[in-house]
Amino acid sequence: MASVENQSYYQLVINTCLLAGKIMVENGSDLQRVEDTIYRIGHNAKMKSINAYITVTMIMVSSTDPNIPAQMINVNKRSFNLTKVVKVNDLSRKFAAEQINIETFYQQLQLTDIQNDFFSLKMQVLGAILVSGPLVVVFRDNVIDALPACAVAAITWVFFYFMNRYFNIRFVSEFSSAFLLAGISALMVRIGWAHNMDDLIIGSVMPLLPGIPLTNAVRDLLAGNLVSGPARGVEALISACALGFGVAVGLHLF
Amino acid sequence: MMTLIIKVICVYLAGVGFGMIVNLPLRAFNVAGLSGVVGWLVYYLVSLLPSAGLGISNFCGAMAIGLFSMIMARIMKIPSIVFDVPGLVPLVPGSQAYLVVKSFTVGDSHLLGLYAAQLVWISGSIALGFIAAEGVFRVWQQIKAYRSIFKRS
Repeated sequence: MASVENQSYYQLVINTCLLAGKIMVENGSDLQRVEDTIYRIGHNAKMKSINAYITVTMIMVSSTDPNIPAQMINVNKRSFNLTKVVKVNDLSRKFAAEQINIETFYQQLQLTDIQNDFFSLKMQVLGAILVSGPLVVVFRDNVIDALPACAVAAITWVFFYFMNRYFNIRFVSEFSSAFLLAGISALMVRIGWAHNMDDLIIGSVMPLLPGIPLTNAVRDLLAGNLVSGPARGVEALISACALGFGVAVGLHLF
Repeated sequence: MMTLIIKVICVYLAGVGFGMIVNLPLRAFNVAGLSGVVGWLVYYLVSLLPSAGLGISNFCGAMAIGLFSMIMARIMKIPSIVFDVPGLVPLVPGSQAYLVVKSFTVGDSHLLGLYAAQLVWISGSIALGFIAAEGVFRVWQQIKAYRSIFKRS
């Protein structure tokens, strides 16, 4: 039977599991990894039996001991920040090696949760440039249009960044960015700075693609997670449709 | 040959760039770019074979990325999704997706069906490649586990 001190200790372990799972799901980890981490934390904290139910919107953790209540946590925002996933993974490894105890672990997790460790806008624009220009060369064997594609992608990414910041609806910002992208490409070809509008659009739309939901959908389905796999697949599909319709409307107008 | 080298450099840069967008940790950037290069090279070499179509080459490329990222994840102690996502970027059927949209707006239903079929075919084979990589990796781990049991006894 769990005594009072033990009970608060077990509560802390369950809270740690929940927070670790929440950070990982929020920032785009695959769910098998989350489940693995939660069970590992419970095992390393000498908890006898721990059960976790994980979907993309909620995590529930319980123990078979009747004195310890089950707990759940709501996951309502989603972003792509793999640094946080790696950080939680490192902390869990340190805890398994007994370099930190459970209180430090929980504090570190809280710190990781509120910390903003995104790259600056300049670095993100540089990333968008690096994705768009080289891929024009790879996909279409077109060296001349690589530089204009870089320019279009940079402008689009700045627009996308601020749309995400102030409107905060991802599908709307994707749609409008794709629309803007088609417009700028048409303008560039009209002025004569670029030659092939198709290559320009193909290259500069690449940074906006939903890479993480797509990969995660496949992996979750593969792991037999029939609730979250399709949910993530639908997320990726809506993003892709928003991009497609944005480009289509742009092509129609310009 | 020269174009091949230029393309490999471009694929590496694209992997690193996508890593910046999804905010990878600094120590993972180099390997993320390399994972893209490995996947794309396998895809390219297989597509040179006489009877290989779109499906086989994309399948092999995705399988190479899956295996590479799982092995590197063991070595560097980082979740394998960190290497999967940037590696997949050069294989994404971006041009087919765009052509679907374009023929949709132009109203050419013949080309629309053609490109849509290609799109489904490519993305399906990439997903299958990932599944195959995971399967191969699991079998390998089982073999390792059996070996360690035999050694002990």
